[in-house]
Amino acid sequence: MLTREEVKHIAHLARIGLEEEEIEKYQKDLSSVLDFFEALKAVDTDAVEGIGHITGRIAKARSDAETGASLEERERILKNIPEKKGGSVMVRSILNV
Amino acid sequence: MIRELHEQLKSGAITSVGLTEEYLKRIEEHDGDIQAFLSVTREEALAAAKAVDEKIARGEEIDLLEGIPGALKDNISLAGVRTTAGSLILDNYIAPYDATVVEKLRNRGAVILGKTNMDEFAMGSSTESSAYQKTKNPKDLSRVPGGSSGGSAAAVAGGMAVWSLGSDTGGSIRQPAAFCGIVGLKPTYGRVSRSGLIAMASSLDQIGPFGNSVEDVAIVFSRIAGHDRLDATTAEAAPDKPFENYLSGGIKGLRIGIPKEYFSADLDPGIKKLAEEALEKFRTLGAETVEISLPQSASALPVYYIIMPAEVSSNLARFDGIRYGMRVNDAKEREAGNSTLLETYLDTRGYGFGTEVKRRIMLGTYTLSAGYYDTYYGKAQKVRALIKADFEKAFESVDLIFSPTTSETAFPLGAKSADPIKMYLSDIFTVPANLAGVPAISFPIGEESGLPVGGQLMGKWFDEETLLRAAHAFETSA
Repeated sequence: MLTREEVKHIAHLARIGLEEEEIEKYQKDLSSVLDFFEALKAVDTDAVEGIGHITGRIAKARSDAETGASLEERERILKNIPEKKGGSVMVRSILNV
Repeated sequence: MIRELHEQLKSGAITSVGLTEEYLKRIEEHDGDIQAFLSVTREEALAAAKAVDEKIARGEEIDLLEGIPGALKDNISLAGVRTTAGSLILDNYIAPYDATVVEKLRNRGAVILGKTNMDEFAMGSSTESSAYQKTKNPKDLSRVPGGSSGGSAAAVAGGMAVWSLGSDTGGSIRQPAAFCGIVGLKPTYGRVSRSGLIAMASSLDQIGPFGNSVEDVAIVFSRIAGHDRLDATTAEAAPDKPFENYLSGGIKGLRIGIPKEYFSADLDPGIKKLAEEALEKFRTLGAETVEISLPQSASALPVYYIIMPAEVSSNLARFDGIRYGMRVNDAKEREAGNSTLLETYLDTRGYGFGTEVKRRIMLGTYTLSAGYYDTYYGKAQKVRALIKADFEKAFESVDLIFSPTTSETAFPLGAKSADPIKMYLSDIFTVPANLAGVPAISFPIGEESGLPVGGQLMGKWFDEETLLRAAHAFETSA
């Protein structure tokens, strides 16, 4: 079973704040799902290439150009931003000062 | 049903406004019990309907779908309308633009009644993980409608929408279609644009229609399919045509494969019996049925539950409390005068995501993390190649593959919420089509103890035509 520390580490990597009582629950849940994956170990994949795109399409680059948004779309995008200054997104401070 | 309504619109027997009002009235009357809708776009629907009526009055031609009211799963962006994907973290999110499928439907004059309930970010098989409400199965209100597109299935099955759109990552259209006794299609991966669909697992997600008949599903599917420059995974070469006009050819001489791994001893006897009767009916209609093997069937679920959460973990990293959606620590921040970016992430995501979503994000984060990649994700992508090879081999000798859609009928609300593995097993027959990228349809094949049972046909890549034709032949035969 995953340890408390392992679950806390995963949650931190995933940027999810967990309550204390959640940690134990996820210890059990995640471990049982990981056990469920054990069956795959028996499948021989030594000569197999992992799959990329399922219908075999080759990814094509598109031009790196701004496509623009209508004024209405721009307004709507701005409205969804939790904190903004003028037309810019406000980002939190990265260092705790 | 769509064709009849279309004829009535054209002849003037009904108007689109009248039809739309009728469906809005049904939502008002029945949705208190069923709870399929998260939002109803009454004014927009009536305005769209009015435009269609004016067009008819001017003597202009209208499209088959024009003026016919339908609904969208709440992970499909509808410009200017709240789009939550069933999650608290998007509680206040207003979609800034239309998804490509919505744009296509609007161009055809379809009337959109509203947005339907779903498992949070499409993660679930019962629609119970929605942050907002629990949708009931219109056939039995004590049971789940299936999921994750449970609201879209219940809206059609409950007579509150003529058609609807859902999304299918591991069965999320087919399983609720089976549970609610209607038709649902998951197109070939790359057939329908995902632009504007709130992503769950990008290598598996596909938008598709629900309807009361195979023809209705074909009509909606024809209008949403096609290459889109906004989704680089959409196919350019796939022939688009009005599939509803290619349904009647019959299935004489078609070869239908029966995967022996799907008809194992532990399949519910009632469902097995109905599936065998369905195969008998296909034979009566002139098809040949052949036993086939898909040797990697048992690997499909573990592969799916590695690949999907890994993609979920990447896709849901965008919900950061900075650019859109909910931010949780505003109050705390104001109080303290400073909270860091990291604290904003932790608080917003810890509070805004539900249990199943957090479980899958963490699972994906774990399997992708340093030291585990080869054991899990790398291995799963290899086994996925083997699963695809199983299908390639099978389709050398058969045109279609048949199985039940689900191994059980709609289960009671709450029956599986506590046990994630139990819930994951709901997807056993549906997941392989997503992993292999093939199209698949679910259609009613009978009832067990009064509850609908669905049959599933899987087809060759980009051959929805044969799939729809066979399901239509089944449905329309006595």
